[in-house]
Amino acid sequence: MANSISLAHTQGAASSHSGRLHPLPIRIMHWINAVTMFIMIGSGWKIYNDEVIFGWLHFPDDLTIGQWAQHGLQWHFFGMWIIFINGIAYLSYGLLSGRFRRMLLPIRWRDLVQTLREALSFKLAHADATQYNTVQKLLYIGVIASGILIVISGLAIWKPVQFSELYILFGDFQTARLVHFLCMTAIVLFLAVHVTLALIVPTTLVAMFTGGPQISDGPSTTEAVAHAAMAAEPRDTK
Amino acid sequence: MIKPPSKSIFRPKAGIDQGALHADPKLLREIDRRKLLRGAMSLGALTFLTGCDVTETDEVQKALRAVSSWNDFAQSLIFRPGHLAPTYPESQVVKPPRFNAHYDVEDVKPVDVAGWKLELSGRIDNKKPWTAADIYALPEQEMIIRHVCIEGWDYIGQWSGVNLKQFLQRIGADLTAKYIAFRCADGYTEALDMPTALHPQTILATKYARQPITDPFGFPLRLRTATKIGFKNAKWLTAMEVTNDFPETYYSKEGFNWFSGM
Repeated sequence: MANSISLAHTQGAASSHSGRLHPLPIRIMHWINAVTMFIMIGSGWKIYNDEVIFGWLHFPDDLTIGQWAQHGLQWHFFGMWIIFINGIAYLSYGLLSGRFRRMLLPIRWRDLVQTLREALSFKLAHADATQYNTVQKLLYIGVIASGILIVISGLAIWKPVQFSELYILFGDFQTARLVHFLCMTAIVLFLAVHVTLALIVPTTLVAMFTGGPQISDGPSTTEAVAHAAMAAEPRDTK
Repeated sequence: MIKPPSKSIFRPKAGIDQGALHADPKLLREIDRRKLLRGAMSLGALTFLTGCDVTETDEVQKALRAVSSWNDFAQSLIFRPGHLAPTYPESQVVKPPRFNAHYDVEDVKPVDVAGWKLELSGRIDNKKPWTAADIYALPEQEMIIRHVCIEGWDYIGQWSGVNLKQFLQRIGADLTAKYIAFRCADGYTEALDMPTALHPQTILATKYARQPITDPFGFPLRLRTATKIGFKNAKWLTAMEVTNDFPETYYSKEGFNWFSGM
């Protein structure tokens, strides 16, 4: 018994997947991203207003960042460094730690139908915040893809000559600009759903500060974590 | 000063004891509930004013301009001296080109070519001023390139004129200097970093669509480079200086990025 507990301890510590739902790096990157997104969207709207893509759409000055166009540009070209570096760090972490694979895959057609059916009959389970349903998985994959595409189209707009290889992907300056705009739209729509749901189910919001519940990866480590938790209990309850 | 109390079930029937008002009138004046409310409200409002004054304070502007200088440096690092901008077929050329300046096209003051000269100064061996006739006699380079404005619009234009690198060599300019600064007939100032000045697609343009450039677009001489945002392509040039001293420009003083490369 003593042996098995100490073994479980070792396994629990060695498993990179055990720990909280949102490990500290994810929480830090999430909130850096949240603040920088705010800067990028507000300053982007200011830049957009100088030469609108759609005649009917001007963003109200109260929602934009920067007094004049040059200030919007200054904020945008300040925020781009943070969002780019933070984004690279997030993608690297998500891919290398296995977080993306664990949280966002697999996506099955059957699960999607079931989730939609549950949602439409108001029986959607959200007691377990550690498991994303198929709609959530698709939304997160969609917003990550939009994030990647908005950076690529942004680089193409910023440097159509130096990064002409990226620019050629869009074929035309205004196309690259439109793609950049549509990615922003997708991200803003995601944010509307994301923030609303976080407020409706506040435990998810709290989890992004505290780290949320302990999670595990697969049955073998579940056991290990359970053992480790049992072993650690006397200390925890003190 | 104090309104008579309105009827309310929460107010004593006999009225509120007014004694406190006379006990310490000085303190009462200092408290001034309205001022407090106003102060609290404007403090709260400040957090909503993302688009206004609060982001443009001196401190914030200083920090953002420091980032902008860093961006100048970053752009100079990613600049590829031999990498050519895409060029386009003649069928795509927009005629006439699109006008833009910090004033309207009606306010353009045409340059009198008879009295016009391009003055040269700084690190140049032969500083003899150039007449339009002399410059128009130089070998021409033509390029059909995209003009991209910082505002977000773009068009394809067909420009010809003398290659700037060849012109700099002809006048004996110090090609190891850092900057070329330009002055214009309307008081506008612009500048290029030397690598951009030496780029194969940087010219002193004299013609658009094979015809002499017309007044609104910079007659008799303007800068045209395929690797800079529109406003860097100064019109109605009157003077050119080769220098190692960082030249601020009309728009960089306003807070636009100095390098503004594409």
